[in-house]
Amino acid sequence: MSLSTASDKRIKNSGVAADAPSKVKVRKSGLVLVILFIVLIVVFLWSFTVGRFAVPLPELLTVFFRKMFGLPTTWSDTTETVLFNIRIPRIIVALIIGAAMSASGAAYQGLFRNPMVSPDILGASAGAGFGAAMAILMSGSALTIQLAAFSCGIIAVMLTYLVSCLIGKTNNSVLILVLTGMVVSSLFSAFISLAKYTADPNNKLPEIAYWLMGGLTSITAKNIMLILVPFMIGIIPILLLRYKLNALAFGEEEAQALGVDTKKIRFIYIICATLLTASSVATGGMIGWVGLVIPHLARMLVGPNLKFMLPASVLLGGAYLLLIDDISRTFFTVEIPLSILTAIIGAPFFIYLLAKGRNSWT
Amino acid sequence: MILEIKDASFGYSKRTVLRDISFKVASGELFCLLGPNGVGKTTLFKSILGFIDVRGGEITLNGENIRKWSKPRLAKAIGYVPQAHTPPFPYTVLDVILMGRMAHLGLFSSPSKDDVKIAEESLETLSISFLKNMIYTEISGGERQMVLIARAMTQKPQLLILDEPTSNLDYGNQVRVLLQIKKLSDEGIGVVMTSHFPNHAFLCSSKVALLNKNGFEVGTTDELITERNMRDTYGINVKIAKVADNHGVNIRSCVPLAN
Repeated sequence: MSLSTASDKRIKNSGVAADAPSKVKVRKSGLVLVILFIVLIVVFLWSFTVGRFAVPLPELLTVFFRKMFGLPTTWSDTTETVLFNIRIPRIIVALIIGAAMSASGAAYQGLFRNPMVSPDILGASAGAGFGAAMAILMSGSALTIQLAAFSCGIIAVMLTYLVSCLIGKTNNSVLILVLTGMVVSSLFSAFISLAKYTADPNNKLPEIAYWLMGGLTSITAKNIMLILVPFMIGIIPILLLRYKLNALAFGEEEAQALGVDTKKIRFIYIICATLLTASSVATGGMIGWVGLVIPHLARMLVGPNLKFMLPASVLLGGAYLLLIDDISRTFFTVEIPLSILTAIIGAPFFIYLLAKGRNSWT
Repeated sequence: MILEIKDASFGYSKRTVLRDISFKVASGELFCLLGPNGVGKTTLFKSILGFIDVRGGEITLNGENIRKWSKPRLAKAIGYVPQAHTPPFPYTVLDVILMGRMAHLGLFSSPSKDDVKIAEESLETLSISFLKNMIYTEISGGERQMVLIARAMTQKPQLLILDEPTSNLDYGNQVRVLLQIKKLSDEGIGVVMTSHFPNHAFLCSSKVALLNKNGFEVGTTDELITERNMRDTYGINVKIAKVADNHGVNIRSCVPLAN
């Protein structure tokens, strides 16, 4: 071929002059990840300094430093109690839930080749909500509620997976999986309504309603293990296998032709994303929007390649939910449930992202 | 490299689409599959690529049955160029081409600098280096088709399977893409492709397979692309014309007739 300029070589499609595609700058995705990590640390430290029982930064650093080296305490017992039993657990749980929801949202969007997918697609949230409602009806403790919600979330997704395997033996298994997920979700939503309907309207009903709205008010050190363990088990494979997930954006067959065992990858991702979603909902209630919006924002910042996009989602999601929780506990005299704030902030933000994005999905 | 299909039958759970198919493709051969819509060309491809199981008979590569091969092993041997379509996410062209390295990477790794080098070589071979940093979903259909070929080349397979690589392309791009594929086969890769145009086979094929209701036949273009065979296959009347090119070499062309 002759050496001509780039524009001469451009292959035009069926006579229609296409708009010249934008030549994007080569992204400095690694640098963006470092910046996001710094942002996360800043939000993390700042979270201690706001709200009731605020701990100023110098005192906080002193506490950390002296604890680390086992030096005698120089601070009050109240500070000790608030910091280690309430503030630190809550901040860590907010970080984990934000990171978990965003990671599973990003994973599901890649898995189902659809940017409109959110982590509750296979029924994990509805299942967890039902489990919590049942545990509240039976006057379970906070830990029982968390455990029941977690188990029912897992059961709901297992149900979705098994039913879709039974009816969708041949082709288009992804579509059948998503549709089955919708069916199972609405089934469990109906069960939640049933639980509410039969609940005592004086105490149980409001308790269920408040739980479903989501919030981290009652988080203490006890609750951490039941979210930390599933989080670690779920997030590690999701991060390790993330490059392979890219192939699935091109569809099942193309991914196989590229050398990816799509059945195995899909199975692992569904298990891991379900662990993340179910444990998050079980701990913080039905917090929507995070798993849908954050992957979009991450894709806008570092591009769709999951090698960068998944870590970016994890960092952004953690910082985002922590910030929302800070707002929830400081801006108003009464704490606003998280799901309300994530929707009020998330919805217009999502519209902004859509308006700013390209015609193809960001 | 030699791909051999021995007395194989292909189909889906309830029906068998093709029976007793046998043929061989060796390195450097360009094998063009012609046949009407719905005759089973895609089914045949899907079976070779391992998307659906073979029903009887076997498919071997260098004498070894590929049925039990893992996906990465199969991908290292056989590259697939699908019809260009738009993925839901705006990957860059380089991202897309690098995915060709996936079969060569460990389970947890992502492409290295060496992989980028291989991807860039493919871009250069196809003279599309200028697309490298563009967004795959925003380039034209012809360019996307070229990128998919580059991706398959980056996979470094011994055999390339192309499913109607010229569909959706304008006249000039059809010829450009075909010549590029011919160049790859001249360099020693085995190529199997489908086309809807007998002229495409005249342009570049070394072997033709004709698939119609009478069965499956393999031969040279001269043997198989005849006026009678075309009528039997597509149900239309054609004239095979001979013209001399600028160097006096005879080339043949299949021209449809209005009556």
